[in-house]
Amino acid sequence: MATADAGAVEITLPTDRLVNDFSLQVATVNGSGSQSANLVLLRTLFQMGIPVSGKNLFPSNIAGLPTWYTIRASKHGYIARKKEIDLVVAMNPETAREDVLGLEPGAAVLYDEPLNLSSLRQDLVFYAVPFDKIVATVCPEVKLRKLVRNMIYVGVLAHLLHMDVAEVEKALRKQFKKKQKAADLNWAAVQAGLDYAKTNLQKKDRCWLERMNGTAGKIIIDGNAAAALGCLFAGVTVVGWYPITPSSSLCESLIEYMKRYRIDPETGKATFAIVQAEDELASIGMVLGAGWMGARSMTSTSGPGISLMAEFVGLGYYAELPGVIFDVQRVGPSTGLPTRTAQGEIGFISSLGHGDTKHIMLLPGTVEECYSLAIDAFDLAEEFQTPVFVLSDLDLGMNNWMSEPFQYPSKPLNRGKVLDAEALNKVQEYGRYRDVDGDGIPYRTLPGTAHAKAAYFTRGSGHNDKALYSEKPQDYVQNMDRLARKFNTARNHVPTPLLERVGGGKVGVIAYGTTHFALTESLDQLQQEANLDCGYLRLRAFPFNEDLRRFVEQHERVYVVEQNRDGQMYDLIRLDLPAELTTRLRSVRHYNGLPVDARSITSEILQQEARQA
Amino acid sequence: MATPSAPAAPAAAAAKTNRIGLDVLPYRGSKTTLCAGCGHNAISERIIDACYELGIHPHRIVKLSGIGCSSKSPAYFLGQSFGFNSVHGRMPSIATGALLANRTLQAIGVSGDGDTASIGMGQFIHLMRRNLPLVYIIEDNGVYGLTKGQFSAMADQGSKAKNGVINDLPALDICAMAIQAGATFVGRSFSGDKKQLSEMLKAALAHRGTVMLDVISPCVTFNDHEGSTKSYKYVKEHEEPLQEVSFVPSYEDIHIDYDPGTTTAVTLHDGSQLRLKKLGRDYNPLDKVGALHTLTETYEKGEVLTGVFYVNTEKPDFSALLNLVDEPLATLPESKVRPPKAVLEQVMEGLK
Repeated sequence: MATADAGAVEITLPTDRLVNDFSLQVATVNGSGSQSANLVLLRTLFQMGIPVSGKNLFPSNIAGLPTWYTIRASKHGYIARKKEIDLVVAMNPETAREDVLGLEPGAAVLYDEPLNLSSLRQDLVFYAVPFDKIVATVCPEVKLRKLVRNMIYVGVLAHLLHMDVAEVEKALRKQFKKKQKAADLNWAAVQAGLDYAKTNLQKKDRCWLERMNGTAGKIIIDGNAAAALGCLFAGVTVVGWYPITPSSSLCESLIEYMKRYRIDPETGKATFAIVQAEDELASIGMVLGAGWMGARSMTSTSGPGISLMAEFVGLGYYAELPGVIFDVQRVGPSTGLPTRTAQGEIGFISSLGHGDTKHIMLLPGTVEECYSLAIDAFDLAEEFQTPVFVLSDLDLGMNNWMSEPFQYPSKPLNRGKVLDAEALNKVQEYGRYRDVDGDGIPYRTLPGTAHAKAAYFTRGSGHNDKALYSEKPQDYVQNMDRLARKFNTARNHVPTPLLERVGGGKVGVIAYGTTHFALTESLDQLQQEANLDCGYLRLRAFPFNEDLRRFVEQHERVYVVEQNRDGQMYDLIRLDLPAELTTRLRSVRHYNGLPVDARSITSEILQQEARQA
Repeated sequence: MATPSAPAAPAAAAAKTNRIGLDVLPYRGSKTTLCAGCGHNAISERIIDACYELGIHPHRIVKLSGIGCSSKSPAYFLGQSFGFNSVHGRMPSIATGALLANRTLQAIGVSGDGDTASIGMGQFIHLMRRNLPLVYIIEDNGVYGLTKGQFSAMADQGSKAKNGVINDLPALDICAMAIQAGATFVGRSFSGDKKQLSEMLKAALAHRGTVMLDVISPCVTFNDHEGSTKSYKYVKEHEEPLQEVSFVPSYEDIHIDYDPGTTTAVTLHDGSQLRLKKLGRDYNPLDKVGALHTLTETYEKGEVLTGVFYVNTEKPDFSALLNLVDEPLATLPESKVRPPKAVLEQVMEGLK
């Protein structure tokens, strides 16, 4: 047993090694260039074959406020946020005290020497590093020191945690790509940190890294870039967007991809139009105008933007206009916690608009699904002639995740029921809103179609099935019933829920989106610690199909786990199920702005189970 | 009939047709539901005449509008053109998406002073700024007609409402704002001035860029009384035409003589010509600063200046600025919009 020197009192610390199974947190000041250092750490672990995830907890600020980056290594492949931190890199004087006081006994602290943290607690391992002195030796230019100072902790950690130094250099060179000078300077900082640690620090903490084979063939990508790739391969042509955290990087990534891969090689001209709109009122208008014209169009936004889009989305539902809207969900209003994560818009979007509206929502749970459901969304929008929402969240959208490489789409684009001039020749009488096939989905014509029967006048709900102005009660009812029929048809066309785990039959769990990662870990905990074998159904879309009802029927109790205060999905499910099944539902809610962790879910389910008994 | 499968040609052998062989029927719309004598109906008539005369295929035009009496009017002209009655003040964004999706179509946007100058101001200014190819018509009557006569932000200060209330805020000078924001064809006309409005509309349809026409169009029900500055009587008495406006289409002989001393001839994008013959005031419609100066001066004097205030045929329109392919984005084939598998593999390799 190792002991910490605590004067008269001797404290016993845990000594068991945490090999490829710990969380480290870097606490810095926003704008101090720590992101590069953290990504080098993340990539190094990934290259060493260790399953890894990285989460950025950042403030709504450009520079000056505290920010934390958590890296979790997990030989078991768990990539959700872990509540307990095993090693803190304390670089921020503002938060250092709190960062240290919150740790579990036995954790380690690597800190900037002048912060003098070692006196705060006696049950932790401390490593002091004089960052200013070290950076002065590698970076003569004073102005640049701030930028490379953080790279020193990469070197220190490389030594302490036993990283493969060649992999560190490879990760760093990848990070700085063509910026040779910056790469060299940063590499010098890493080496200086490494040398300092070798000479001055003696390993006392429990965190160890060992090369393993858990990441071969995998990629690392954030959800927003993955969704942008989906849009690229879905053949999007018109984009209207307005910057808002955490969705901005989706369209920014898309711009980069489109510039590279969607310029016609023969003419040098663009096969796309991307417009930064004046606001979200305009971005959704552009999407629907383009959809009306027959283009594949999209926008990305977050909560406040969704509110501004409400009126147009309602019109889009009634006028039956395709368009894809990505909502990268965050917490609350603009002056809430705009840089924190939540699943808070499920309820709002499900019926966004005025009157009786309901919308197709796709719910990606992984970066791969950000890509593949984006492609599905464009097909569904045109197939059902309606706005389709893809709801991810800040955690999925802005953080880096490991994934299997994405698959090339296996189906051609589905452009839906469109009549061209030739098809119109064969039609006796064309009615834009007529339910010819009994599935509620009408046929549409595109503006520009050279046929006397093609044109129609688009307006909201005041029309008959020939798109002629009408305020007759029977016309309105007929149209509304057809729209409901169309929504019912969608139940069996949207991505199906996945039965992720077959349990013992007593207890089932339903979740969606990023809750998935914490939940899979929680189900293992429930099994191992409480012998509770739960079934798990992961929802991927709204409206629901029959699988949901069957899953609830098969279990005595079903917990709906989600990241909002009011149990929004729980409510939607209750509305959809036969009344006698709704009493089986229980709600588990997480809403503190941080990504949900397994331990919180496990505790809550066990508490509710105890009340049951 | 030029459209592939239009209904059988009318039997009347003597039916008059235009240069593409269509009679006026496809250019007409459904019966108007606006008040008898509404200025908007006269504007619809002028749009029908202009499109018929120029021989534009109805299916090559889209009609777009916001909300209000003005915005109902697209249903009453060009019945064989696609139309979209959208959301209050937000027709510009629908137009932007639609025209980027298909840059080969022509667009007529109809708005009102209420739809444009209050709820729609944000989108209006940005539409002008982008110079999207579109003819944007404000049917300007100074009031919200469909909600029964409230003042708009373009009602003149001191103008009296039907209920006797005096408007105490200044009118927005929408023409000056449009020029300042970047529109490339800006003018004002009057629904009662048949000749001037017809010529301006034809020139507008030949221009490639944002055309902003403020057309004073009296509301016979809520704003045509004594004390109103947007009544037929007031406008007829106070209209100050800046020029005599005429339009020579590209398919006619444009070499007909004119006096360069008194007439400015502007060659438009399709080769046709807009001719502006000075009346009294010395004026250069190509001079942005001069235009803003004249508009401010006449605004201060309370004159109802009409004519073409500013034309710029040099500035690229929005689709040119975005370097779009020539064919409509909306109907590009899969081979043009879905990159091949090798591209995905290359991207994936870079992420490993």
